[in-house]
Amino acid sequence: MSNLEDLYREIILDHYRSPRNRGELPSPPAIRAEGFNPLCGDEITVYLDVRDGVIADIKLTGRGCSISQSSSSLMSAAVKGKTVEEAREKIAMFKQMMTVHQSTLEKDAQPAEVDLRAIGELAALQGVVKFPVRIKCAMLAWNTLSQGLDEIA
Amino acid sequence: MASGHDVTSFDPRRVRADTPQLARVINGRTITYLDSASTSLPPRTVIEAMSRYYELRHANVHRAVYQTAEEATAAYEGARESVANFINAPGGSNEIVFTKNATESFNLLAKSWGAANLKAGDVVLVTEMEHHANIVPWFQLRDQLGIEVRFIPVTDDFRLDLSNLDQLLDGVKLLSVTGMSNVLGTINPVKELAAAAHRRGALIAVDGAQSVAHGALDVNDLDIDFLMFSAHKMLGPTGIGIFWTREEILHAMPPFLGGGGMIADVRLDGYTPADGPARFEAGTPPIAEAAGLGAAVVYLEHLGMSNIAAHEHALTGDALTRLSLEFLGRVRVIGPGDTVSRGGVISLDVEGVHPHDVAQVLDQFGVCVRPGHHCAKPLMRRFGLAATARVSFGPYSLVQDTDVLIEALAHAIEMFG
Ligand SMILES: Cc1ncc(COP(=O)(O)O)c(C=O)c1O
Repeated sequence: MSNLEDLYREIILDHYRSPRNRGELPSPPAIRAEGFNPLCGDEITVYLDVRDGVIADIKLTGRGCSISQSSSSLMSAAVKGKTVEEAREKIAMFKQMMTVHQSTLEKDAQPAEVDLRAIGELAALQGVVKFPVRIKCAMLAWNTLSQGLDEIA
Repeated sequence: MASGHDVTSFDPRRVRADTPQLARVINGRTITYLDSASTSLPPRTVIEAMSRYYELRHANVHRAVYQTAEEATAAYEGARESVANFINAPGGSNEIVFTKNATESFNLLAKSWGAANLKAGDVVLVTEMEHHANIVPWFQLRDQLGIEVRFIPVTDDFRLDLSNLDQLLDGVKLLSVTGMSNVLGTINPVKELAAAAHRRGALIAVDGAQSVAHGALDVNDLDIDFLMFSAHKMLGPTGIGIFWTREEILHAMPPFLGGGGMIADVRLDGYTPADGPARFEAGTPPIAEAAGLGAAVVYLEHLGMSNIAAHEHALTGDALTRLSLEFLGRVRVIGPGDTVSRGGVISLDVEGVHPHDVAQVLDQFGVCVRPGHHCAKPLMRRFGLAATARVSFGPYSLVQDTDVLIEALAHAIEMFG
């Protein structure tokens, strides 16, 4: 079961069972972005309250598997209170972590080099890379956040 | 006719031994394959029929006169003959068109027969439990011609709600319905539906993708007008599907795809299409796949379709009982809870565990089930679900498969509980 425990680490299960920043923000003024994973029916809505270049508040609704839900919860905790620039850096870092090296095959795949200190709790999602079909689940919240940030005037 | 076979020697263990993939070890455990509704595992005889074509008689069909080409043509046309017998087509092999899969067969139905015979305001009646293959082509035709697409609702008991059938049939030119739901396992009363449609002057098309491999399917007895199915769900290869209709209907249908193989003549001012199934088989067809399909039909008939049906019926009953005893409501079956008019497809909703996670944990036990919406989104919406984890049986399935399933499900529940 070692692979499985690598995927479903305790932090992931914790964020799945008690997701952070659940709820909605009145939109407008909040930015609202929706993401779907048509293959498995995961859906997420991200609400962003951005003031003076800072994500003052973030809320999420949606449903999906433990990976998509914990990834969105971890994402919200990672970017709340951060500047838009910092959030974009986190997105880039997370994407990099989710990138499978072409040369390694499925279960032996290793995540790309990432600065584990900078990425913090998000490192819990590293194990997802070994399960390529689940990468989409983990990326959903981040792509949706990215979409939302693009809407900032 | 398939149902006429009376083979009493059916033994799922023999079928298992005939199926090479069932010997695979996944994550340290012998594979437990519970995804036959998605695609079934071919026996060695099917694989060998395809190898034989590639090794010995690879040639194009219907063209050259040399020996290997004649053998290839004989294998291809022989498969057509076998399939015609298998479904008891009244007009024989002249009524069997080979396509790429059931989905393409539905597109042939909508885009050839539908476009030629339907006009604005005509109604195509489908059901809420259809696969997208029997929904999207009709929506495409609606956007093109202005036909109406109407749905027979599904009851809370996972059956077709036929209480208003007479009203629903008003203005209907075609009733298109699945023989068996690929999500619920529900087997629909096709014969009654055919009679009802015909009484109102409508034709009936049947999606046989699920039903064809799990019991005898006799188009003559059911008195239906069209049948669509895929070889890969009946122990055959991917890449070949079947479209059946009665000869007189086929004869009047305009060509679908254009090119070589489907013509009688081509001139500088136009073309004349070929007659018969060839009209709908443009280009080099799936020859190896047809050889594989032919072998699959022979194999299924040898097992006996009624034996397969009885075996899967027993497995389904056992699984339904044990799932409810073991998990006491934590695992909900999205489909009929009994085995009346029900096939070996069991969709599960596990409390607190997303189907994707269920399937992922099960994979660690070597158990293959399918998570997702199963290409039936209107049905999923009807029951307020985004996805289910679907278990499905084949002729090689054993009670022991359900043992492993239950062990793995218990682990998933414990992990996420
Ligand atoms: C009921 C039903 N209809 C149609 C299809 C489509 O079959 P194919 O994907 O082989 O075209 C399927 C298979 O997924 C099915 O289960």
